[in-house]
Amino acid sequence: MLEIKNVSFEVNADGDNKEIIHDISLTVPDSRLTVITGPNGGGKSTLARLIAGIERPDSGSIIFNGTDITQMSVTDRAKMGIGFAFQQPVRFKGIQVMDLIRLAAGGKLSVSDACEYLASVGLCARDYINREVNSSLSGGELKRIEIATVLARGSSLSVFDEPEAGIDLWSFRNLIEVFENMRKRIEGSSILIISHQERILNIADEIIVLKDGRLEYQGTRDEIMPLLTGTDSAVKGCLKTE
Amino acid sequence: MIKPVKLDEIQKRLIREVADLHDVPEGAYNFRVNGESAGRASSANIEIEPKDNGTGLDIRIKPGTKRESVHIPVVMTQTGLTEVVYNDFYIGEGSDVTIVAGCGIDNCGQQDSEHDGIHRFFVGKGAKVRYVEKHYGSGTGSGKRILNPVTEVYMEEDSTAEMEMVQIKGVDDTKRDTIAKLAAGAKLVIRERLMTHGSQNAVSRYEIELNGENASADVVSRSVARDTSFQKFDAKIIGNAPCSGHTECDSIIMDKGRILAVPGLEANDVDAALVHEAAIGKIAGDQIIKLMTLGLTEAEAEEQIINGFLK
Repeated sequence: MLEIKNVSFEVNADGDNKEIIHDISLTVPDSRLTVITGPNGGGKSTLARLIAGIERPDSGSIIFNGTDITQMSVTDRAKMGIGFAFQQPVRFKGIQVMDLIRLAAGGKLSVSDACEYLASVGLCARDYINREVNSSLSGGELKRIEIATVLARGSSLSVFDEPEAGIDLWSFRNLIEVFENMRKRIEGSSILIISHQERILNIADEIIVLKDGRLEYQGTRDEIMPLLTGTDSAVKGCLKTE
Repeated sequence: MIKPVKLDEIQKRLIREVADLHDVPEGAYNFRVNGESAGRASSANIEIEPKDNGTGLDIRIKPGTKRESVHIPVVMTQTGLTEVVYNDFYIGEGSDVTIVAGCGIDNCGQQDSEHDGIHRFFVGKGAKVRYVEKHYGSGTGSGKRILNPVTEVYMEEDSTAEMEMVQIKGVDDTKRDTIAKLAAGAKLVIRERLMTHGSQNAVSRYEIELNGENASADVVSRSVARDTSFQKFDAKIIGNAPCSGHTECDSIIMDKGRILAVPGLEANDVDAALVHEAAIGKIAGDQIIKLMTLGLTEAEAEEQIINGFLK
């Protein structure tokens, strides 16, 4: 379980301090798929980066499975079981997809196991396993590989920062399936997705709404969804929903 | 004439580093150890003979020789040794061969050790050659490990040369000169990988002439400069005919390392298409953070990024 207690975070922009996160307290429960939504600029991605340790809060604390991780490095948090998928996946010259998945899995991984992870994000493993994670891959391909690295970590808390950003509609449809499959096997772990896509909110167990750096609502999907329909916290994709 | 190869453990280690060899290879080879031949064999199609004046080797590959290899590793374990070796490769028409060269120096003494290999390639019509050259240095002495290779490539019509040149560790000072002259339809691909550390100094200079129609050259250098080391990449392509040429210098700079990339393109024909790219920068912070989210420390992440970049 992840607990965020009275966390505030500000950045210095052009000499002025701007508060991005204001005194947020919330809980990400175990064995649940939680989605954080809210309008753009509301602090969603910043909160995800604070959880992963990429940013450190100015005040407050972050407790993960009973341990205070507020001052822990990104590496130590990853070792404790926090996985993080970037909104804009990073490219690496020379590092192959297999290398990245093997690193994610902690070093030892057979090619066939790596292929399983690729297959589960809808990529034909044979075509990708030896590809370099460089600019020859499209945004959608990179995004799926990014998600495969998080799957390979087998983290107890997997955080996805706007997984739908920068991908095409076809990939988005597959992405929903990936999360639905992850949710089926969620027992003993938890998933946290930053997104304001209605399709993703529809598969959430819990929804958290951030606005202007403050917690606006937290509750179950049934409690929160009626409050969001028609707002920019629950954006319909350009997809025909069956 | 076949001489049995006798190597001590350090020499064997150097051979492994520069030629991936764990034993005497099949086919034609020459092992040069501390300035002398320590073993040599020719094959039915590949003849290796010392030059009359004793300054190096003539390697003659018969026309039409397919899928054969030549290994000519050099190791030096004696401090203070300086040598210049001239090796000439005559690659017959229509052949398809791999040549593995490379030099490893282990210098535990106070004096500098230096090996300057002057390699000339005469690539016949339609021939295809793959050349792999690795340089490696080790040893704890204060004497420098110096390698100054010169590579000359003369390519006839429709021949192909792929050259992979690697220097990752331990060479204090290097000045690499590569010149090539290409006839019509010839294709030259060069992949250079270089890492310098400590106070090392490396200069790599290319001058490639594309003299015939549809000749093409593609030179890509990937390098990492660490500590206070210095690198200079000076690549010039001269297009004298309808041809295509591309050079690329892609570098990671760390600590107080310095890199100078000097692009040089000379088009003497209106249909010469020449491109140069150069990028020098430190490791992107996002790359390190991504690998840290996979459980690597910052130092481990840097190491993985560099290994991948130079792979």
